[in-house]
Amino acid sequence: MDAVLSNLDVFVRGFTTTVTLTLAAVVGALVLGTVIAAMRVSPVPPLRWAGATYVQLVRNTPLTVVFFLVVFGLPEVDITLSFFVSAVLALSLYTAAFVAEAVRSGVSSVATGQAEASRAVGMTFGQTLRLVVLPQAFANIVPPLASVFIALLKNTSIASAFFVFEGVQSMNQLINANGDAVLAILAAAAVAYLGLALLASALFGLLERAVTVSR
Amino acid sequence: MRLTSLALTAALALTLTACGGGDDEVAAPSVDKAAEFAAGSRMAEIKTAGKLTVGTKFDQPLFGLKGLSGKPEGFDVEIAKIIGAKLGVEADKIEFVESVSKNREPFLQQKRVDMVIATYTINDKRDKVVDFAGPYFQAGQDILVAKGNPAGITGPESLKGKRTCSVSGSTPAETMVTKYGLVEGGDLKTVDVYTKCRDALKNGQFDAVTTDNVILAGYVDAAPDDFELIGKPFTEEPYGIGIPEGQEDFCDFINTTLTESVEDGSYEKAFKATAGTVIETVPTLPAPRGCDK
Repeated sequence: MDAVLSNLDVFVRGFTTTVTLTLAAVVGALVLGTVIAAMRVSPVPPLRWAGATYVQLVRNTPLTVVFFLVVFGLPEVDITLSFFVSAVLALSLYTAAFVAEAVRSGVSSVATGQAEASRAVGMTFGQTLRLVVLPQAFANIVPPLASVFIALLKNTSIASAFFVFEGVQSMNQLINANGDAVLAILAAAAVAYLGLALLASALFGLLERAVTVSR
Repeated sequence: MRLTSLALTAALALTLTACGGGDDEVAAPSVDKAAEFAAGSRMAEIKTAGKLTVGTKFDQPLFGLKGLSGKPEGFDVEIAKIIGAKLGVEADKIEFVESVSKNREPFLQQKRVDMVIATYTINDKRDKVVDFAGPYFQAGQDILVAKGNPAGITGPESLKGKRTCSVSGSTPAETMVTKYGLVEGGDLKTVDVYTKCRDALKNGQFDAVTTDNVILAGYVDAAPDDFELIGKPFTEEPYGIGIPEGQEDFCDFINTTLTESVEDGSYEKAFKATAGTVIETVPTLPAPRGCDK
Protein backbone atom coordinates (compact mmCIF):
# COMPACT_ATOMS: atom_id res chain seq x y z
CA MET A 1 0.00 0.00 0.00
CA ASP A 2 2.96 2.33 0.62
CA ALA A 3 3.64 2.53 -3.09
CA VAL A 4 0.08 3.80 -3.61
CA LEU A 5 -0.11 6.19 -0.68
CA SER A 6 3.30 7.79 -1.19
CA ASN A 7 2.49 8.35 -4.87
CA LEU A 8 -1.03 9.56 -4.39
CA ASP A 9 -0.23 12.81 -6.21
CA VAL A 10 0.54 10.90 -9.43
CA PHE A 11 -2.71 8.96 -9.14
CA VAL A 12 -4.71 12.10 -8.40
CA ARG A 13 -3.19 13.90 -11.38
CA GLY A 14 -4.00 10.97 -13.67
CA PHE A 15 -7.56 10.49 -12.48
CA THR A 16 -8.23 14.23 -12.55
CA THR A 17 -7.58 14.04 -16.28
CA THR A 18 -9.90 11.02 -16.46
CA VAL A 19 -12.63 13.18 -14.92
CA THR A 20 -12.05 16.26 -17.11
CA LEU A 21 -11.89 14.02 -20.17
CA THR A 22 -15.21 12.45 -19.19
CA LEU A 23 -16.93 15.77 -18.45
CA ALA A 24 -15.75 17.36 -21.70
CA ALA A 25 -16.89 14.33 -23.69
CA VAL A 26 -20.26 14.26 -21.88
CA VAL A 27 -20.92 17.81 -23.07
CA GLY A 28 -19.73 17.04 -26.60
CA ALA A 29 -21.70 13.79 -26.85
CA LEU A 30 -24.86 15.32 -25.40
CA VAL A 31 -24.89 18.20 -27.87
CA LEU A 32 -23.95 16.14 -30.92
CA GLY A 33 -26.17 13.22 -29.88
CA THR A 34 -29.21 15.44 -29.47
CA VAL A 35 -28.64 17.01 -32.88
CA ILE A 36 -28.37 13.57 -34.48
CA ALA A 37 -31.50 12.36 -32.68
CA ALA A 38 -33.35 15.46 -33.93
CA MET A 39 -32.17 14.62 -37.45
CA ARG A 40 -33.43 11.07 -37.08
CA VAL A 41 -36.94 12.18 -36.11
CA SER A 42 -37.12 15.18 -38.47
CA PRO A 43 -39.62 15.34 -41.35
CA VAL A 44 -36.78 15.84 -43.90
CA PRO A 45 -35.75 12.44 -45.38
CA PRO A 46 -32.08 13.31 -46.22
CA LEU A 47 -31.55 14.45 -42.63
CA ARG A 48 -33.09 11.21 -41.35
CA TRP A 49 -30.80 9.18 -43.62
CA ALA A 50 -27.72 11.13 -42.54
CA GLY A 51 -28.57 10.66 -38.88
CA ALA A 52 -29.19 6.93 -39.29
CA THR A 53 -25.95 6.49 -41.25
CA TYR A 54 -23.95 8.28 -38.57
CA VAL A 55 -25.38 6.09 -35.80
CA GLN A 56 -24.83 2.83 -37.67
CA LEU A 57 -21.35 3.79 -38.82
CA VAL A 58 -20.02 5.02 -35.48
CA ARG A 59 -21.86 2.71 -33.11
CA ASN A 60 -20.58 -0.33 -34.97
CA THR A 61 -16.94 0.79 -35.06
CA PRO A 62 -14.55 -0.01 -32.21
CA LEU A 63 -13.62 3.06 -30.20
CA THR A 64 -9.95 2.28 -30.74
CA VAL A 65 -10.43 2.68 -34.49
CA VAL A 66 -12.19 6.03 -33.97
CA PHE A 67 -9.19 7.11 -31.87
CA PHE A 68 -6.78 5.99 -34.58
CA LEU A 69 -8.65 8.00 -37.20
CA VAL A 70 -8.76 11.16 -35.09
CA VAL A 71 -5.21 10.99 -33.71
CA PHE A 72 -3.35 9.67 -36.77
CA GLY A 73 -5.84 10.31 -39.60
CA LEU A 74 -6.59 14.02 -39.14
CA PRO A 75 -2.89 15.10 -39.27
CA GLU A 76 -2.76 13.47 -42.73
CA VAL A 77 -5.22 16.12 -43.92
CA ASP A 78 -3.32 18.83 -42.03
CA ILE A 79 -5.62 19.05 -39.03
CA THR A 80 -3.38 18.69 -36.00
CA LEU A 81 -5.11 18.95 -32.64
CA SER A 82 -3.59 18.56 -29.20
CA PHE A 83 -3.80 15.00 -27.90
CA PHE A 84 -6.27 15.94 -25.17
CA VAL A 85 -8.60 17.63 -27.68
CA SER A 86 -8.23 14.64 -30.01
CA ALA A 87 -9.27 12.32 -27.19
CA VAL A 88 -12.29 14.49 -26.31
CA LEU A 89 -13.27 14.55 -29.99
CA ALA A 90 -12.94 10.78 -30.45
CA LEU A 91 -14.89 10.04 -27.25
CA SER A 92 -17.60 12.60 -28.12
CA LEU A 93 -18.05 11.32 -31.68
CA TYR A 94 -18.32 7.75 -30.44
CA THR A 95 -20.58 8.34 -27.44
CA ALA A 96 -22.85 10.68 -29.45
CA ALA A 97 -24.15 7.69 -31.41
CA PHE A 98 -25.30 6.01 -28.18
CA VAL A 99 -26.72 9.27 -26.80
CA ALA A 100 -28.64 9.80 -30.05
CA GLU A 101 -30.32 6.41 -29.75
CA ALA A 102 -31.23 7.04 -26.11
CA VAL A 103 -32.69 10.46 -26.98
CA ARG A 104 -34.60 8.96 -29.90
CA SER A 105 -36.14 6.36 -27.63
CA GLY A 106 -37.09 9.19 -25.27
CA VAL A 107 -38.74 11.11 -28.11
CA SER A 108 -40.71 8.02 -29.09
CA SER A 109 -41.90 7.69 -25.50
CA VAL A 110 -43.63 11.07 -25.64
CA ALA A 111 -47.22 10.54 -26.71
CA THR A 112 -47.90 11.48 -30.35
CA GLY A 113 -50.82 13.61 -29.22
CA GLN A 114 -48.34 16.06 -27.66
CA ALA A 115 -46.62 16.75 -30.97
CA GLU A 116 -49.93 16.87 -32.82
CA ALA A 117 -51.33 19.36 -30.32
CA SER A 118 -48.22 21.57 -30.70
CA ARG A 119 -48.58 21.51 -34.46
CA ALA A 120 -52.27 22.34 -34.10
CA VAL A 121 -51.44 25.51 -32.17
CA GLY A 122 -49.04 26.52 -34.95
CA MET A 123 -45.62 25.53 -33.60
CA THR A 124 -42.86 24.69 -36.07
CA PHE A 125 -41.00 21.34 -35.94
CA GLY A 126 -38.12 23.02 -34.09
CA GLN A 127 -40.39 24.63 -31.52
CA THR A 128 -42.32 21.40 -30.99
CA LEU A 129 -39.09 19.51 -30.34
CA ARG A 130 -37.45 22.19 -28.18
CA LEU A 131 -40.40 23.28 -26.05
CA VAL A 132 -42.63 20.22 -25.82
CA VAL A 133 -41.03 16.90 -26.79
CA LEU A 134 -37.36 17.08 -25.70
CA PRO A 135 -37.97 18.28 -22.11
CA GLN A 136 -40.26 15.29 -21.55
CA ALA A 137 -37.95 12.98 -23.49
CA PHE A 138 -34.90 13.87 -21.36
CA ALA A 139 -36.79 13.17 -18.16
CA ASN A 140 -37.50 9.67 -19.45
CA ILE A 141 -33.99 8.82 -20.56
CA VAL A 142 -31.94 9.62 -17.48
CA PRO A 143 -31.42 5.92 -16.58
CA PRO A 144 -30.14 4.81 -20.04
CA LEU A 145 -28.03 7.98 -20.32
CA ALA A 146 -26.44 7.13 -16.97
CA SER A 147 -25.32 3.78 -18.41
CA VAL A 148 -23.95 5.44 -21.52
CA PHE A 149 -21.95 7.98 -19.52
CA ILE A 150 -20.59 5.43 -17.06
CA ALA A 151 -19.39 3.43 -20.06
CA LEU A 152 -17.84 6.68 -21.32
CA LEU A 153 -15.99 7.13 -18.01
CA LYS A 154 -14.40 3.72 -18.43
CA ASN A 155 -13.82 4.23 -22.14
CA THR A 156 -11.55 7.19 -21.37
CA SER A 157 -8.94 4.58 -20.47
CA ILE A 158 -8.44 4.04 -24.21
CA ALA A 159 -6.95 7.55 -24.32
CA SER A 160 -4.02 6.09 -22.38
CA ALA A 161 -3.04 4.37 -25.63
CA PHE A 162 -3.15 7.73 -27.44
CA PHE A 163 -0.74 10.01 -25.58
CA VAL A 164 -3.07 11.25 -22.82
CA PHE A 165 -1.82 11.00 -19.25
CA GLU A 166 -4.97 9.79 -17.47
CA GLY A 167 -5.72 7.19 -14.81
CA VAL A 168 -4.34 4.15 -16.61
CA GLN A 169 -1.14 5.92 -17.55
CA SER A 170 -0.57 7.09 -13.99
CA MET A 171 -1.04 3.45 -13.00
CA ASN A 172 1.51 2.30 -15.58
CA GLN A 173 4.00 4.89 -14.42
CA LEU A 174 3.70 3.77 -10.79
CA ILE A 175 3.93 0.08 -11.69
CA ASN A 176 7.15 0.61 -13.55
CA ALA A 177 8.67 2.54 -10.68
CA ASN A 178 7.44 0.04 -8.07
CA GLY A 179 7.98 -3.47 -9.37
CA ASP A 180 7.44 -4.76 -5.82
CA ALA A 181 3.85 -3.52 -5.51
CA VAL A 182 2.21 -4.26 -8.85
CA LEU A 183 -0.98 -5.83 -7.53
CA ALA A 184 -1.58 -3.10 -4.95
CA ILE A 185 -1.33 -0.46 -7.68
CA LEU A 186 -3.64 -2.36 -10.03
CA ALA A 187 -6.14 -2.72 -7.20
CA ALA A 188 -5.90 1.01 -6.39
CA ALA A 189 -6.67 1.88 -10.02
CA ALA A 190 -9.67 -0.46 -10.01
CA VAL A 191 -10.93 1.15 -6.81
CA ALA A 192 -10.51 4.62 -8.33
CA TYR A 193 -12.62 3.69 -11.38
CA LEU A 194 -15.20 2.02 -9.18
CA GLY A 195 -15.38 5.06 -6.91
CA LEU A 196 -15.82 7.45 -9.84
CA ALA A 197 -18.48 5.25 -11.44
CA LEU A 198 -20.41 4.95 -8.16
CA LEU A 199 -20.21 8.72 -7.74
CA ALA A 200 -21.59 9.16 -11.26
CA SER A 201 -24.39 6.68 -10.50
CA ALA A 202 -25.29 8.60 -7.36
CA LEU A 203 -25.37 11.92 -9.23
CA PHE A 204 -27.61 10.44 -11.91
CA GLY A 205 -29.83 9.03 -9.17
CA LEU A 206 -30.30 12.55 -7.80
CA LEU A 207 -30.92 13.91 -11.28
CA GLU A 208 -33.47 11.19 -11.93
CA ARG A 209 -35.43 12.11 -8.82
CA ALA A 210 -35.28 15.81 -9.70
CA VAL A 211 -36.62 15.48 -13.25
CA THR A 212 -39.12 12.65 -12.91
CA VAL A 213 -42.57 13.96 -13.71
CA SER A 214 -45.05 12.66 -11.21
CA ARG A 215 -47.99 11.25 -13.06
CA MET B 1 -15.42 -3.03 -22.75
CA ARG B 2 -11.99 -2.01 -21.59
CA LEU B 3 -10.59 -5.47 -22.04
CA THR B 4 -11.98 -5.82 -25.54
CA SER B 5 -10.66 -2.44 -26.51
CA LEU B 6 -7.25 -3.11 -25.07
CA ALA B 7 -7.13 -6.41 -26.92
CA LEU B 8 -8.04 -4.55 -30.07
CA THR B 9 -5.33 -1.99 -29.46
CA ALA B 10 -2.89 -4.81 -29.02
CA ALA B 11 -4.10 -6.51 -32.17
CA LEU B 12 -3.80 -3.31 -34.14
CA ALA B 13 -0.41 -2.60 -32.69
CA LEU B 14 0.70 -6.06 -33.68
CA THR B 15 -0.58 -5.61 -37.19
CA LEU B 16 1.22 -2.30 -37.42
CA THR B 17 4.52 -3.61 -36.13
CA ALA B 18 4.31 -6.88 -37.99
CA CYS B 19 5.83 -5.34 -41.08
CA GLY B 20 9.09 -4.68 -39.26
CA GLY B 21 10.22 -8.27 -38.74
CA GLY B 22 10.59 -10.69 -41.58
CA ASP B 23 13.75 -12.31 -40.25
CA ASP B 24 14.45 -15.82 -41.40
CA GLU B 25 14.05 -18.50 -38.83
CA VAL B 26 17.24 -19.00 -36.87
CA ALA B 27 18.66 -22.50 -36.71
CA ALA B 28 17.92 -23.74 -33.21
CA PRO B 29 20.95 -24.45 -31.03
CA SER B 30 21.66 -28.15 -30.64
CA VAL B 31 19.84 -29.65 -27.70
CA ASP B 32 21.96 -31.19 -24.97
CA LYS B 33 19.96 -34.37 -24.41
CA ALA B 34 22.61 -35.86 -22.15
CA ALA B 35 22.65 -32.95 -19.73
CA GLU B 36 22.68 -34.17 -16.13
CA PHE B 37 21.79 -32.20 -13.05
CA ALA B 38 21.90 -32.81 -9.33
CA ALA B 39 18.69 -34.41 -8.12
CA GLY B 40 16.29 -31.86 -6.66
CA SER B 41 17.83 -28.92 -8.49
CA ARG B 42 15.62 -26.56 -10.49
CA MET B 43 17.37 -27.66 -13.68
CA ALA B 44 16.59 -31.33 -13.01
CA GLU B 45 12.94 -30.41 -12.49
CA ILE B 46 12.77 -28.62 -15.81
CA LYS B 47 14.61 -31.40 -17.66
CA THR B 48 12.21 -33.98 -16.23
CA ALA B 49 9.20 -31.86 -17.17
CA GLY B 50 10.65 -31.55 -20.67
CA LYS B 51 9.26 -28.08 -21.19
CA LEU B 52 10.06 -24.51 -20.39
CA THR B 53 7.69 -21.56 -20.06
CA VAL B 54 9.21 -18.21 -20.92
CA GLY B 55 7.65 -14.78 -20.56
CA THR B 56 8.66 -12.47 -23.37
CA LYS B 57 7.37 -9.42 -25.20
CA PHE B 58 5.36 -9.86 -28.39
CA ASP B 59 5.62 -6.27 -29.58
CA GLN B 60 9.30 -5.41 -29.28
CA PRO B 61 11.05 -5.33 -32.65
CA LEU B 62 14.40 -7.17 -32.71
CA PHE B 63 13.92 -8.70 -29.23
CA GLY B 64 10.50 -10.29 -28.99
CA LEU B 65 8.08 -9.62 -31.82
CA LYS B 66 5.22 -11.90 -32.75
CA GLY B 67 4.56 -11.43 -36.42
CA LEU B 68 2.44 -13.22 -38.97
CA SER B 69 4.27 -16.50 -38.39
CA GLY B 70 2.54 -16.66 -35.00
CA LYS B 71 5.82 -17.36 -33.23
CA PRO B 72 7.72 -14.65 -31.41
CA GLU B 73 11.06 -13.76 -32.96
CA GLY B 74 14.03 -11.83 -31.66
CA PHE B 75 17.12 -11.84 -29.52
CA ASP B 76 15.22 -12.57 -26.28
CA VAL B 77 13.59 -15.57 -27.92
CA GLU B 78 16.97 -16.88 -29.12
CA ILE B 79 18.47 -16.51 -25.64
CA ALA B 80 15.56 -18.59 -24.31
CA LYS B 81 16.33 -21.27 -26.89
CA ILE B 82 20.02 -21.32 -25.90
CA ILE B 83 19.11 -21.83 -22.25
CA GLY B 84 16.45 -24.41 -23.16
CA ALA B 85 18.95 -26.35 -25.24
CA LYS B 86 21.37 -26.60 -22.31
CA LEU B 87 18.51 -27.93 -20.19
CA GLY B 88 17.67 -30.58 -22.75
CA VAL B 89 14.45 -28.85 -23.82
CA GLU B 90 13.70 -28.72 -27.55
CA ALA B 91 12.95 -25.32 -29.08
CA ASP B 92 9.36 -26.36 -29.88
CA LYS B 93 8.84 -27.39 -26.24
CA ILE B 94 9.47 -23.83 -25.10
CA GLU B 95 6.19 -22.06 -24.54
CA PHE B 96 6.31 -18.29 -24.94
CA VAL B 97 3.82 -16.29 -22.90
CA GLU B 98 3.28 -12.62 -23.64
CA SER B 99 4.57 -10.60 -20.70
CA VAL B 100 3.97 -6.90 -21.05
CA SER B 101 5.96 -4.73 -18.70
CA LYS B 102 3.44 -4.68 -15.88
CA ASN B 103 2.91 -8.47 -15.89
CA ARG B 104 6.53 -9.46 -15.47
CA GLU B 105 6.83 -9.46 -11.68
CA PRO B 106 3.39 -11.03 -11.01
CA PHE B 107 4.09 -13.84 -13.52
CA LEU B 108 7.34 -14.70 -11.75
CA GLN B 109 5.92 -14.35 -8.25
CA GLN B 110 3.03 -16.67 -9.13
CA LYS B 111 5.43 -19.01 -10.99
CA ARG B 112 3.30 -18.88 -14.12
CA VAL B 113 6.52 -18.73 -16.09
CA ASP B 114 9.91 -20.32 -15.44
CA MET B 115 11.72 -17.19 -16.51
CA VAL B 116 11.16 -13.79 -18.08
CA ILE B 117 13.34 -12.61 -20.94
CA ALA B 118 11.62 -9.43 -22.06
CA THR B 119 13.98 -6.44 -22.44
CA TYR B 120 13.81 -6.52 -18.66
CA THR B 121 16.05 -3.87 -17.14
CA ILE B 122 17.58 -4.94 -13.83
CA ASN B 123 16.83 -2.49 -11.01
CA ASP B 124 16.73 -2.56 -7.22
CA LYS B 125 12.98 -2.49 -6.68
CA ARG B 126 12.41 -5.34 -9.10
CA ASP B 127 15.29 -7.22 -7.52
CA LYS B 128 13.39 -7.16 -4.22
CA VAL B 129 10.61 -9.40 -5.53
CA VAL B 130 12.30 -11.43 -8.26
CA ASP B 131 15.86 -12.62 -8.95
CA PHE B 132 17.91 -11.72 -11.98
CA ALA B 133 20.41 -13.79 -13.91
CA GLY B 134 22.60 -12.07 -16.45
CA PRO B 135 22.69 -9.36 -17.70
CA TYR B 136 22.86 -10.74 -21.22
CA PHE B 137 22.74 -7.39 -23.00
CA GLN B 138 23.49 -3.77 -22.27
CA ALA B 139 21.28 -1.19 -23.93
CA GLY B 140 21.31 2.57 -23.45
CA GLN B 141 18.65 5.22 -23.80
CA ASP B 142 18.90 7.39 -26.90
CA ILE B 143 16.79 9.93 -28.84
CA LEU B 144 15.12 9.61 -32.23
CA VAL B 145 14.29 12.77 -34.20
CA ALA B 146 12.90 13.56 -37.64
CA LYS B 147 15.43 13.65 -40.47
CA GLY B 148 17.43 16.86 -40.33
CA ASN B 149 16.62 17.33 -36.62
CA PRO B 150 14.26 20.32 -37.17
CA ALA B 151 13.87 21.00 -33.44
CA GLY B 152 17.63 21.17 -32.92
CA ILE B 153 17.84 18.50 -30.24
CA THR B 154 21.31 17.75 -28.95
CA GLY B 155 20.73 15.51 -25.94
CA PRO B 156 18.37 14.70 -23.08
CA GLU B 157 18.93 18.13 -21.49
CA SER B 158 17.51 19.88 -24.56
CA LEU B 159 14.21 17.97 -24.41
CA LYS B 160 12.70 20.11 -21.65
CA GLY B 161 9.84 22.16 -23.08
CA LYS B 162 9.96 20.23 -26.36
CA ARG B 163 7.41 17.59 -27.34
CA THR B 164 8.77 14.16 -26.44
CA CYS B 165 7.16 10.74 -26.72
CA SER B 166 7.85 7.47 -24.94
CA VAL B 167 6.00 4.43 -23.62
CA SER B 168 3.76 4.65 -20.58
CA GLY B 169 5.24 2.97 -17.52
CA SER B 170 8.65 2.36 -19.07
CA THR B 171 12.09 2.99 -17.63
CA PRO B 172 13.01 5.55 -20.34
CA ALA B 173 9.89 7.61 -19.50
CA GLU B 174 10.76 7.39 -15.81
CA THR B 175 14.31 8.59 -16.51
CA MET B 176 13.04 11.64 -18.41
CA VAL B 177 10.82 12.56 -15.46
CA THR B 178 13.23 11.93 -12.58
CA LYS B 179 16.55 12.92 -14.16
CA TYR B 180 15.69 15.52 -16.77
CA GLY B 181 12.63 17.18 -15.20
CA LEU B 182 10.09 16.46 -17.93
CA VAL B 183 6.45 16.28 -16.87
CA GLU B 184 4.48 13.25 -17.95
CA GLY B 185 1.31 14.56 -19.58
CA GLY B 186 3.06 17.90 -20.15
CA ASP B 187 6.18 18.01 -22.33
CA LEU B 188 6.41 14.22 -22.19
CA LYS B 189 3.52 12.28 -23.69
CA THR B 190 3.33 8.53 -23.36
CA VAL B 191 1.54 5.76 -25.18
CA ASP B 192 1.34 1.95 -25.09
CA VAL B 193 3.67 1.02 -27.95
CA TYR B 194 6.65 2.76 -29.56
CA THR B 195 5.28 2.41 -33.07
CA LYS B 196 2.67 5.06 -32.22
CA CYS B 197 5.41 7.43 -31.05
CA ARG B 198 7.25 6.81 -34.30
CA ASP B 199 4.17 7.46 -36.45
CA ALA B 200 3.32 10.64 -34.56
CA LEU B 201 6.93 11.82 -34.87
CA LYS B 202 6.65 11.33 -38.61
CA ASN B 203 3.39 13.34 -38.61
CA GLY B 204 5.18 16.19 -36.86
CA GLN B 205 3.16 15.76 -33.65
CA PHE B 206 6.41 15.29 -31.69
CA ASP B 207 9.95 16.63 -31.73
CA ALA B 208 11.59 13.52 -30.31
CA VAL B 209 11.04 9.91 -29.29
CA THR B 210 13.18 8.43 -26.55
CA THR B 211 13.83 4.85 -25.47
CA ASP B 212 16.56 2.21 -25.64
CA ASN B 213 18.87 2.69 -28.61
CA VAL B 214 18.28 -0.82 -29.96
CA ILE B 215 14.59 -0.15 -30.52
CA LEU B 216 15.14 3.25 -32.14
CA ALA B 217 17.86 1.86 -34.38
CA GLY B 218 15.27 -0.46 -35.89
CA TYR B 219 13.11 2.49 -36.94
CA VAL B 220 15.99 4.39 -38.52
CA ASP B 221 16.99 1.27 -40.38
CA ALA B 222 13.46 0.81 -41.75
CA ALA B 223 13.02 4.47 -42.78
CA PRO B 224 16.38 6.24 -43.09
CA ASP B 225 14.75 9.10 -45.04
CA ASP B 226 12.37 9.94 -42.21
CA PHE B 227 14.35 9.57 -39.01
CA GLU B 228 17.77 9.95 -37.49
CA LEU B 229 19.28 8.92 -34.19
CA ILE B 230 21.10 11.39 -31.93
CA GLY B 231 23.44 8.48 -31.19
CA LYS B 232 24.67 9.44 -27.72
CA PRO B 233 23.27 6.90 -25.25
CA PHE B 234 22.88 8.51 -21.83
CA THR B 235 21.82 5.64 -19.58
CA GLU B 236 22.84 2.05 -18.99
CA GLU B 237 20.04 -0.48 -19.24
CA PRO B 238 21.30 -3.95 -18.35
CA TYR B 239 18.78 -6.49 -19.62
CA GLY B 240 18.49 -9.40 -17.17
CA ILE B 241 16.72 -12.74 -17.10
CA GLY B 242 14.06 -12.70 -14.40
CA ILE B 243 13.46 -15.86 -12.39
CA PRO B 244 11.40 -16.51 -9.24
CA GLU B 245 13.11 -15.83 -5.93
CA GLY B 246 15.04 -18.57 -4.20
CA GLN B 247 16.40 -20.40 -7.23
CA GLU B 248 20.11 -19.61 -6.89
CA ASP B 249 21.10 -22.88 -8.59
CA PHE B 250 19.07 -21.93 -11.67
CA CYS B 251 20.51 -18.42 -11.65
CA ASP B 252 24.09 -19.73 -11.53
CA PHE B 253 23.25 -22.20 -14.28
CA ILE B 254 21.92 -19.43 -16.55
CA ASN B 255 25.01 -17.30 -15.97
CA THR B 256 27.27 -20.23 -16.85
CA THR B 257 25.16 -20.96 -19.94
CA LEU B 258 25.48 -17.34 -21.07
CA THR B 259 29.28 -17.42 -20.70
CA GLU B 260 29.44 -20.71 -22.60
CA SER B 261 27.20 -19.38 -25.37
CA VAL B 262 29.75 -16.65 -26.02
CA GLU B 263 32.56 -19.20 -26.14
CA ASP B 264 30.77 -21.58 -28.53
CA GLY B 265 29.55 -18.73 -30.75
CA SER B 266 25.81 -19.30 -30.28
CA TYR B 267 25.43 -15.89 -28.59
CA GLU B 268 26.94 -14.14 -31.60
CA LYS B 269 24.87 -16.23 -33.99
CA ALA B 270 21.65 -15.42 -32.11
CA PHE B 271 22.48 -11.70 -32.09
CA LYS B 272 23.43 -11.50 -35.75
CA ALA B 273 20.18 -13.17 -36.80
CA THR B 274 18.03 -10.76 -34.81
CA ALA B 275 19.14 -7.40 -33.39
CA GLY B 276 22.34 -7.67 -35.41
CA THR B 277 20.39 -7.00 -38.59
CA VAL B 278 20.31 -3.38 -37.41
CA ILE B 279 23.23 -3.05 -34.99
CA GLU B 280 26.46 -3.97 -36.66
CA THR B 281 28.75 -4.65 -33.72
CA VAL B 282 28.03 -7.78 -31.73
CA PRO B 283 28.01 -6.68 -28.07
CA THR B 284 30.32 -8.22 -25.52
CA LEU B 285 28.45 -10.05 -22.79
CA PRO B 286 28.26 -7.78 -19.72
CA ALA B 287 29.92 -9.18 -16.59
CA PRO B 288 27.43 -11.24 -14.58
CA ARG B 289 26.25 -9.41 -11.49
CA GLY B 290 26.16 -12.56 -9.37
CA CYS B 291 23.12 -14.27 -7.95
CA ASP B 292 21.28 -13.38 -4.73
CA LYS B 293 22.19 -15.66 -1.89
